[in-house]
Amino acid sequence: MSKDQSIDIKYVADLARLELSDEEKETMSNQLNDILGHFEQLNAVDVSGIEPMAHTLKVHNVWREGDEAGSVFSPSVINQLAPESRDNQVVVPKVVE
Amino acid sequence: MSDLYQLEISQLQKGFVDKSFTSVELMRSVIERTESVEGRINAFIDRDLESALQQAEASDERRAKGQSLGPLDGIPVGIKDILAVKDQPLRCASKMLDSFISPYDATCIENLKNSGAIIWGRLNMDEFAMGSSTENSAYGATANPWNLDCIPGGSSGGSAASVAAGETIVSIGTDTGGSIRQPAALCGVVGMKPTYGLISRYGLVAFASSLDQVGPFSRTVKDSALLLESLVSHDPKDSTSLKKKKESYSQVLDSPLRKLTLGVPKEFFSEGLDPEVKEIVASAIEWYRIQGHSIVEISLPHSELSVPVYYIIATAEASSNLARFDGVRYSHRSKEAENMLELFSKSRGEGFGAEVKRRIMLGTYVLSSGYYDAYYLRAQKVRSLIRGDFVKAFEQVDAILTPTTPTPAFNRGEKSDDPLSMYLSDIFTISVNLAGLPALSVPVGFTKNQLPVGMQVIGRAFGEADILGIAHAFERSHSYYQMRPNL
Repeated sequence: MSKDQSIDIKYVADLARLELSDEEKETMSNQLNDILGHFEQLNAVDVSGIEPMAHTLKVHNVWREGDEAGSVFSPSVINQLAPESRDNQVVVPKVVE
Repeated sequence: MSDLYQLEISQLQKGFVDKSFTSVELMRSVIERTESVEGRINAFIDRDLESALQQAEASDERRAKGQSLGPLDGIPVGIKDILAVKDQPLRCASKMLDSFISPYDATCIENLKNSGAIIWGRLNMDEFAMGSSTENSAYGATANPWNLDCIPGGSSGGSAASVAAGETIVSIGTDTGGSIRQPAALCGVVGMKPTYGLISRYGLVAFASSLDQVGPFSRTVKDSALLLESLVSHDPKDSTSLKKKKESYSQVLDSPLRKLTLGVPKEFFSEGLDPEVKEIVASAIEWYRIQGHSIVEISLPHSELSVPVYYIIATAEASSNLARFDGVRYSHRSKEAENMLELFSKSRGEGFGAEVKRRIMLGTYVLSSGYYDAYYLRAQKVRSLIRGDFVKAFEQVDAILTPTTPTPAFNRGEKSDDPLSMYLSDIFTISVNLAGLPALSVPVGFTKNQLPVGMQVIGRAFGEADILGIAHAFERSHSYYQMRPNL
């Protein structure tokens, strides 16, 4: 979180699997560095000995009582939602060369 | 009978029982009103008139047979475009889900249907609930009914504007950092974010899972209480849903408010607060003092850190939740992709709008290797401190009163190029989400320019009945709830 650290837009966009135009990259770079600068104020807080909080209330693991299957969607419902499908399967570009 | 759309739920139920009018007549009145103002408001993304009238007819038939399902039977409820309704579009105001039709009902929608409510339309919002102005919608911005050049707030801007403009009786929205309370305040209606875990999130498209909560909008506190009674349920399909006994929130409102200790956090009345908003909220607080409640100054010292903490945690969770929109099983698919990786990145690049992209990038960055501890982990620790402030405050007070927003509604376009200044407009609402507490916004006055001002009432976890009671007492002693925008 040091000030000279500016965000590597191309690297982060790759991680996010998000294609950005050159113009978007430039605008975003300025805006994100602005926002990250605002985040710097958290550095001034003493957090030693403080537990991180993931949930606001005490939540416990929920175990299922039985193994009853609920209703499921039929393949035709799923296929209707898919951008492209054939023989009850979703079509995507070739994965293995 | 043409102005049935103006009435509150108890008046409508009385009319149904007296046979003064039917649910179909009410629905026709709401549709007629919507047709006349919607061109200026743009609160809806979709309206299924035929389905709404069919549901109204079914309600009238139930009533004729003496089988009415309760106070919501035959009442139109507008639905934010982020909650799944079977066989209706579910777009999250995004091009990404342009052609998505939901194959199932969200649990809270199922609850509304079981209460006989008419599921009415798809309400506009900021794309994937990311925004504070309802300008980030692929289906056009929503206008504030009190001033058409102003934003209605967001992200549930359509839910707030439709209620204020009389395009529905009540509506539901979602609140991750203020997305119910902020638009409610800016549109002069009641809006409530219940305790985290009180309402099932099954069928709500996830933005930030540790913060998201569903809640009601209405023109009166009692209508929100009635809607809340229907929405609350324990749901095995949502692991964060809590087992709580059903409460009759609306009945509590019939008994007089006991004498309370109300906390006013000094940090919420400092610089950055619009002077008119400050004066109006201060005089509302003074009203409680005159009624015999004790008003004490409290401190929430870490509240100023809530904006950075929120925008780290919410974007981190969003970047993970929105990974599912990849153009494979559903959602927009790019026609330009030549391989699998391009299919993901081009579909996402084409489908998402600017603010969603910005938040995915921010969230991906704060979770990325080398930055996780500095941002995400640190933010989670400061979140503990923010919650701790509230725990301490509630040892002393029954509820906390603050302004809901630092300013009244601002002009469209005013902050759209400056995301940081837009984020800062959530400053009074987001600490409540970080702490998981219930809070509502109730109208407490108008500025000289006739823009509504809201006061936020924050309660203890599961203190919904308390904060509804506090807001109801003010509402019934003033006439703001009867004021309507000139449309």
